[in-house]
Amino acid sequence: MSVVAIKEYVGVPRDLEANYHGNIMTYITWEKHLMFAAPFIFPVPPSMLFGDYIKAIAGVIQPHPDAAKIDWSKVEWRKSYQPWQPDMAKTLAENGITHKCHMSFRTPGLDGIRGLGI
Amino acid sequence: MSNVFIAFQTTEDSRPIVESILADNPGAKATESPGMVKIDAEGSLTVKRTSIEERIGRAFDLQELQVHLITISGHLDEDDDEFTLAWPN
Amino acid sequence: MDMKATKKLGLKDRYRNQTRGLHWDTTYQPMDEVFPYDKYEGIKIHDWEKWEDPFRLTMDAYWKYQAEKERKLYAVLDAFNQSNGHLNVTDARYINAIKLFFAAIPLHEYMAHRGFAIAGRQFRGVGPRVACQMQSIDEIRHMQTQMHTASNYNKYYNGMHAVHHQLPRMWYASVPKSFFDDAITAGPFEWMIAIGFSFEYVLTNLLFVPFMSGAAYNGDLGSMTFGFSAQSDEARHMTLGLECIKFMLEQDPDNLPIVQRWIDKWTWRGTRVLSLVAMMMDYMLPKRVMSWKEAWEIYFEQNGGALFKDLERYGIKLPKCALQGIEEKEHISHQLWAGIYQWNFGTSVHSWVPSDDELDWLSAKYPNTFDKYYRPRWEFWREQEKTGTQFINTGLAENCQVCQFPMLFTEPGDPTTLCHRETHYKEERYHFCSDHCKEIFENEPEKYIQAWLPMNQLPQGTCGGGTLEGWMEWVHLVPGQDNGNFEGSQDQANFQKWKGQVTGNN
Repeated sequence: MSVVAIKEYVGVPRDLEANYHGNIMTYITWEKHLMFAAPFIFPVPPSMLFGDYIKAIAGVIQPHPDAAKIDWSKVEWRKSYQPWQPDMAKTLAENGITHKCHMSFRTPGLDGIRGLGI
Repeated sequence: MSNVFIAFQTTEDSRPIVESILADNPGAKATESPGMVKIDAEGSLTVKRTSIEERIGRAFDLQELQVHLITISGHLDEDDDEFTLAWPN
Repeated sequence: MDMKATKKLGLKDRYRNQTRGLHWDTTYQPMDEVFPYDKYEGIKIHDWEKWEDPFRLTMDAYWKYQAEKERKLYAVLDAFNQSNGHLNVTDARYINAIKLFFAAIPLHEYMAHRGFAIAGRQFRGVGPRVACQMQSIDEIRHMQTQMHTASNYNKYYNGMHAVHHQLPRMWYASVPKSFFDDAITAGPFEWMIAIGFSFEYVLTNLLFVPFMSGAAYNGDLGSMTFGFSAQSDEARHMTLGLECIKFMLEQDPDNLPIVQRWIDKWTWRGTRVLSLVAMMMDYMLPKRVMSWKEAWEIYFEQNGGALFKDLERYGIKLPKCALQGIEEKEHISHQLWAGIYQWNFGTSVHSWVPSDDELDWLSAKYPNTFDKYYRPRWEFWREQEKTGTQFINTGLAENCQVCQFPMLFTEPGDPTTLCHRETHYKEERYHFCSDHCKEIFENEPEKYIQAWLPMNQLPQGTCGGGTLEGWMEWVHLVPGQDNGNFEGSQDQANFQKWKGQVTGNN
């Protein structure tokens, strides 16, 4: 049963890709850096190179003292909870990133203030 | 046995009510916080009309409790003479 | 006030006469056509006469005592105004707690008013219809008294001028809004569990009892009085919620799994909404009566526990989510205030880093978690403020599809990892803050795919065009006045100035 209703009931999702003017929504978490209270959302074109996507992320996380120390070549990635290796020179679409995809990244050796995960 | 409780605003009107409850329910314990007093009792707690009337020197309708009440816990059984809160098991 | 008329009937008989015999079964239209909404949820009722309202408040007594409550409340509000009561609060920071209260609660009291009017029409049994009618009237009283109290603050302080406009727009208002929207679009029995059980029994005890005692402690007599006055009605309401649960469970064994699912769902939805109250108690009250954790233990673990133990005889089990709620009592207030602080360019309340003695109080109240996970955050941010580079999070936050909070809660058992869950429905992905919000979604996906998530709307351009300035204008947030730090705010300066005027002669 997809909903308890008195008659046939079909919902309309509010966040379909078509609503984003050519962009897709991406969700991304920087693991062990809880100073940023929640995962970020980035509306971006699927034709964006992953390397450029990282530059956008780097801008937002810049207030954290660990941000400047990240070696992006050593970052460990996950997509929908599975280990995953993106190709920086390819687009988001070519990297298999689709609308409302959740990614996370871990920066080895950088686990937040005093290694406390914050 | 779980605790029941009842809480009242700290007012002149509620003071004799609280006194009656504490007198009629030997295990009941009152805790004061800013603006309120909360009475906890194990299993059950009864508010008796006659006890309140003895203290205030006039007739009292138990539903007057509503004016001073803040909250309760437990199943309620109310009639003209008694207002009882209880967890049956 | 005593009006002891000569009583011909006892209370139980008087109440019975009021609520029975007023009803008749229709003859030239089928009852199911006249009352089409009280069966589709699957709840089976065989005998509506078995409904008992334990409070047995008759209409004459109801009007009499409610009028008495109003007179007492408005006497306090008048005295509050006449004596510039707003200047008697401990600290102008306190006013931000009630700004949040006024942004989240009064308009939902109004929704409760509507919801009980609807449920009162939908039930074919006359007992619940009378009870719903009284509760509907109570709820509109709560909205009115809260708005009147708010207006006394709105004359002097910022951030309260647009609560109605902001309700469907402001990102944190969407949390309680989604709770009530979910409840009012359900059937009448689920509504009774959502509001009568979850909101009244679990939530309002925590909101109107320890928090309002905190209002008293902070010198806010107006809020304390409407809070306690509202809660005196809630005592009746939660009794109604309990009665409805018992009634459903006693009427037919087939009702048990449905009631259990609703209890699980609404316990969790209530727990999530309560995070806001947790933050208000631990961070926004300058003087604290008790910690969130202590309040949770009294009113959820002990009081809720007593109820669940009582319901065991019907086969009801403690909701799984209660265990996660118990673990989270050590965390949620800290996690949420950290969010408000870093996003405070987008809030109608001011925020601040707790002072040293507040940090010490939090360390003492949360010995298992505060020093380890949260105190270092606040100390770091305080250092940042001193160097003039305040930590601001300019990223948009991901929202949970069900509770609509930014996904700031951590993984059970691991407070250093954000909790994140995902599911697919009709080839679309959906994201959740917890297993319990995910489960709620998966039970009725067609309902929750329609959620209006505030952060996801921004890039769609539906909230002022997609820029921060456009959004502020759209949400009626006045930058530099309503938002940002308390330190240096107009509220802070005005409070100091006016306080000086009442204590001196210049």
